[in-house]
Amino acid sequence: MNTGSALQHILVVDDEVAIRRFLRTSLSAQGFQVLEAEDAKSALDQLKRHHIDLLILDLGLPDMDGAEIIGRLRQAASSVPILVLSSRTDEQGKVDALDMGADDYVTKPFGMDELLARVRAALRHKMQAKGEQPAYRAGELEVDLVRRIVTVCGKEVKFSPREYDLLRMLVMNAGKVVTHRTLLKEVWGSEADIQYLRIYIRALRHKIELDPERPEYIQTEQGVGYRLRAAD
Amino acid sequence: MSDEHSGNRPSPEALLQQANKEGRGRLKIFLGAAPGVGKTYEMLSSARHRRLEGTDVVIGVVETHGRVETDLLTKGFESIPKKRMLYRGQVMAEMDLDAILQRKPSLVLVDELAHSNVEGSRHPKRYMDVEEILAAGIDVYSTLNIQHLESLRDVVAKVTHVVVRESVPDSMLDRADEVEVVDITPGDLIERLKEGKVYIPEQAERAIRSYFTEGNLTALRELALRRTAQRVDEQMLNYMQTHAIAGPWETSDRVLACISEDRGSAALVRYARRLADRLHAPWWVLYVETPENRQLSDADRDYIAECQRSAERLGGLSVTIPAAERAEAVVSYAQANNITHIVLSRTKRPRWSELLHGSTVARLVRRARDINVHVMADRGEERPRASGESIQTRVASPPLVNAQQIAGSAGMVAAALLIALVLRQFLGIANIALVFLTSVLASAVTYGLWPALFACLVSVLAFNFFFLPPLYTFTIADPENVIALVTFAIVAVIGSNLTARVRAQAVTAQQRAKTTEDLYAFSRKLAGIVSLDDLLWATSFQIASMLRVHVVILLPDGPMLSVRSGYPPEDMLSEADLAAAKWSWQNNHPAGRGADTLPGAKRLFIPMQTGRGVVGVIGLDAEGTGPLVTPDQRRLLDALSGQAALAIERIQLAADVDRARIAAETEKLRNALLTSISHDLRTPLASILGSATSLRSYREQLDNAAQEELVRTIQDEAERLNRFINNLLDMTRLESGAIAPNHEAVDLPDIVGSALARAARILAGHQVVLDVAADLPMLKLDPVLFEQVLFNLLDNAAKYAPAGTSIRIRGWREDNLVRVAVLDEGAGIPAADLERIFDKFYRVHAADRKTAGTGLGLAICRGFVEAMGGTIVAGNRTDRSGAIFTISFPVPAGEAVLREKVA
Repeated sequence: MNTGSALQHILVVDDEVAIRRFLRTSLSAQGFQVLEAEDAKSALDQLKRHHIDLLILDLGLPDMDGAEIIGRLRQAASSVPILVLSSRTDEQGKVDALDMGADDYVTKPFGMDELLARVRAALRHKMQAKGEQPAYRAGELEVDLVRRIVTVCGKEVKFSPREYDLLRMLVMNAGKVVTHRTLLKEVWGSEADIQYLRIYIRALRHKIELDPERPEYIQTEQGVGYRLRAAD
Repeated sequence: MSDEHSGNRPSPEALLQQANKEGRGRLKIFLGAAPGVGKTYEMLSSARHRRLEGTDVVIGVVETHGRVETDLLTKGFESIPKKRMLYRGQVMAEMDLDAILQRKPSLVLVDELAHSNVEGSRHPKRYMDVEEILAAGIDVYSTLNIQHLESLRDVVAKVTHVVVRESVPDSMLDRADEVEVVDITPGDLIERLKEGKVYIPEQAERAIRSYFTEGNLTALRELALRRTAQRVDEQMLNYMQTHAIAGPWETSDRVLACISEDRGSAALVRYARRLADRLHAPWWVLYVETPENRQLSDADRDYIAECQRSAERLGGLSVTIPAAERAEAVVSYAQANNITHIVLSRTKRPRWSELLHGSTVARLVRRARDINVHVMADRGEERPRASGESIQTRVASPPLVNAQQIAGSAGMVAAALLIALVLRQFLGIANIALVFLTSVLASAVTYGLWPALFACLVSVLAFNFFFLPPLYTFTIADPENVIALVTFAIVAVIGSNLTARVRAQAVTAQQRAKTTEDLYAFSRKLAGIVSLDDLLWATSFQIASMLRVHVVILLPDGPMLSVRSGYPPEDMLSEADLAAAKWSWQNNHPAGRGADTLPGAKRLFIPMQTGRGVVGVIGLDAEGTGPLVTPDQRRLLDALSGQAALAIERIQLAADVDRARIAAETEKLRNALLTSISHDLRTPLASILGSATSLRSYREQLDNAAQEELVRTIQDEAERLNRFINNLLDMTRLESGAIAPNHEAVDLPDIVGSALARAARILAGHQVVLDVAADLPMLKLDPVLFEQVLFNLLDNAAKYAPAGTSIRIRGWREDNLVRVAVLDEGAGIPAADLERIFDKFYRVHAADRKTAGTGLGLAICRGFVEAMGGTIVAGNRTDRSGAIFTISFPVPAGEAVLREKVA
C-alpha cells in the first residue's frame, strides 16, 4: 500500500530495546526501512544525517523530554511527521506533545494494527499536505471539500456553517487525532468553552453516524480530542 | 494471724518492694553520729575503689570544707559543676540535678543528704533530688548524720537541747540498699574537733561546741548504731519474707496514734512510728472530727493536716472519722481494726475543763480494756516545719455567725415573747419559761450554737423584763424568781449546746453524704461516656464545681503533654506550668503551686494514675494565693482523679482494641494484595509464557487453528494483565491522593460511546443495549476517569453475567441528578455483599463459578466517582436476576443557559 517509488524511512526512538526490536521487525515486514535510536541525542543525530519520513518517539527518554525534541524539530522548520508513544494516565503529556507539533500518539501498550493505522494516517497526511485531492471517503460517508458536499449513504446532508467547519477540520486530519484546543481555535476562532465542541460533535454525529450512540466515524479520545476515521 | 501466712509463700509486700527497686539506682548511705566522723572521706574512699573497678563515677556535690585529706581524695573524679542561682541578690550554688541526669553516670556522689536547697530549685530538699536520680537508674552514694533522721529528731533534741531544722524521712534510710556506719569514739571525735579537723560554720560555733560534749556524742552514737541495727533487722526480715523462710517475725500488733490539734501530735506520730517499727507492726494515725473540732482555727486545722501527711510519709495510714465523742470513737475504731496499741498524748486542757468534760485519756483507758494505751508526756513541742509536705493544703474557713442568723434567732425569741404575752393570763411563770426555751432550742436546731446562745441571752432578758416582777425592769424582787431565771439560763445553755451538737453532726453527715452521692453520680456518669473528650470535659467540670477551682487536664501526646480539656476552657499553659505538669507526669508526684517541686508554677498538678501508670495530669488553680485545697478536698480530689483515670484508661484500652483491629484489617488487606498480585499477575503470565513457548518449540506440529488459538491467548491474557496493572495503578493513585479530577463539560453519550469502544473486545460475548435519554444536560466531570468507571462496570458485568446475555446501560435525569446505570443479567449480588462489594480486594464468591475479578475494579469506580463528587451504589434488579450499579451526578448550575446560547 505504501509501496511508493522509494522505501519510506521510519526512525524509532525508544530506550527499551525490546520495543525497538519488535517495532523494527513488524515495520520492516510492512515494507518500511527502520532506523533506531535509544536516546534523544542519537535521534537528533540520525535526523541530521538521514532522510526520515516518520519519527516514532517515546516521550520518556533518559536524556531529554520527548516534548522538547518535538519543539526543537518544529523550531528547525522540520515537518517530519511525529508519532508519540505515551503512557496511559498521561493525557496532559499527550496533549502537550500534540500542541508542540506531534502528529499523533499511541498509548503503551499498543497493538501493531493500531500503530500501523497511525503511521499510515500520518504519512498520508504528509502527502495530502503536498497537494493531494482533498476528497474524503470512508464507509458510507463522503466529503468533497472543494464543492462542500457531504453525503451519507449517497444522500446529501446539510450542515450549519460551523458544523461544516468542524467536519472539515476533522476531514483534513482524517485518521489523526485533533485536540480540543485545535478544534476550538480553528472553528470558533478563540479559546471557547469545550461545551460548544461537545454539543456540535453530538450534532455532527446525529447527522453522519448510522448509530450516533456507537459512533463509527468520529471517535472520542477522552481527555485529548477527536479523531475522524481514516479514509478507506 | 499465722494462718494468713501459712505455707512458705513469699509475702506479696516483700516481693512488691523488691520489684519496686528494680530499675532504680542503688542508694548507699554513709551514716554518722555527728559531723566530723569522716563520712565524706569514707564515701570518697569507697568511690575510688568503685572507680578502680571500672565504674563510671562522678561527683554531684561534695563538701570538703577545706579538709586537706578529703580534698586530695576528690582529685581524679569527674565533677559536675554546680548550678548558680540568684536568690535575694546573692549567687548561690546548688547541685545541678539536670546535668547529672543528662550525664547519666553509673554512680554519683551526693554529700549531705539532709541539705535544704535554695528556694527556686526544683525540690526544696536534696534528698528529693536524690530520689529523682535514683529513679533515673543512677546509683547514689550519700552521707547523713543521725540527728537529721526525722523520727529521731525529738530524741536528739531532748538529748542535745539542739533543735535540728533539716531532716530526712526515715523511709530514705529504710529504702537505702546499703548503710555504712562511719563510727569513731566520742573521745577521738572531740580530739579531732580540738585539732580543728571538724568544719564548723562560724555563726553556729558556740551552739555546735556545746553540742560536742562526750555525753551528747555517746548518745548520738548509740542512736546511730541502734537505728542501723534496726535496719539490719528489717533487712533480714525482708530477706526471709522474700525467700519464704518461716520465722518469728509475724506479729499481730497494730498501732494506732490518736492525734488532735494539741501541739504534741507531731511528736506523737513519730513516737507511734518508732513503736510500730519495734513491734514490726502496721500503724494508723486517727483523727476524730468532733463537733467542737469544726470550730478549730485555721492554724489548728493546718497542724492536723500536717501531722496526717507526716504520718503518711513515715509509712503510716491516716484516717479521719466523724464522731460525737472522741474516746468512744477511738476505742470502737481500734476494736474494729484489731488495734493492740493506742498511743495518745496528754492534753493541755485546764483542770476545770477536764472536770467539766472529763478526761479523754481516762475515758479511753477505762474503755480500752485489752488494748494497751500509751500516754505520751506533753512536751509542748514546736510545730513541724511546713516544707517537705507533699502538697500544702488550704483550710476551709469555718462558717461565721452571720447577721441573718442572729436576726433569725431574735425573730424566734420575739415570736416566743408574743406567745408568752398572750398566754400570760393562763400560764404560770414556769410554763412561760418553757415557751422561751422552745425558741432557744429552735434557734439551735436552725442556726447552730452561737445564734442559740444569743437567743438564750435575749430570752433571759425578755423573761426577766416582761414576766418577773417588778415588771418592765431588769431587777427581780423575789429570790425564788432569781433561782428560776438562773435555772432557765442553765437549762437553755445546756439545751442549746446539745441541740447544736446534734445539728453539727447532722450537717457533717449531710456534707459527707452529699460528697459520696456526688462521687457516685460522677462514677455513673463516667461509665456512660464513650468519647475521651466528653470524659475529660465531664471530669474537669466535676472537679471545678466540687472544689471551686479552675481545672485543666493534660494528656500525653507523644513525648509531650498537651492540654486536652479545661473548665473554664483553657488551651495555653505557661512554660513554668508545662514544666511542672511534665515533671508531675514523669515522676508520678504532685508538682507546682503548693507542692515540693516547682512551686513557682501558677497551677498545682496532680498525676492521674491507675494500676498501669500515669494516664494524665490534672492542673488546678484558683483566685488568690496560698494552698488550693483543704485536706478533705484533697481526698475528694484523689477520689475524683482516680475515677477519671480509670475511665480514661478504659477508653484508651477501647481505642487500643480498635487500633489492633484496624491493624489486623490492614494485615488482612496486605495479604489480600499479595494473593491478588501473585494470582492476577501470574495467571495471565503463565498463559502467555506457555503459549509463546509452545509456538516457538512446536510450531511445525501445530495446525493453523491451534497456532491462531495460542496467539489469541497471548493477546487476550496480555490485555487482561494490562487491565489488572492499570487497576493497580489507579488504586495506588487513589490511595496516594494523586487523583486530581480534571473537570470539564462532558456529554454523557459521548463517554458511553468511547467506553463501549474500549470495551468492545471484552463485550464481544454480550449484547449491549443502550437506553440513554437524548436530552441529558452536560455534566462537569473528568472524562478520562468517568470513562474508566464505565469501562470497569462493563468489565465487571461481562465477568459476572453469562455470555449471550444483555448488558444494559441506562442514562436519565431525575430532578437535579443525572443517573447512569449498568444492568446485567447475572446472578446478582448477595444482599450481605452490597456494601462490601466496593471494598478493595473484596470479591463475591459464587459457589458454582470461579472468581474472575481482581477485587479492584469496583473499588476504583467508587474512588473515582466520589473524587468527582458523585455517588455509586450497587443493587439487584427487581425485574429479573442481575446486578445494577447506579452512578449519580448533580446537574451543574447554569446548564440551561448554555443550551439556549448554543441553540
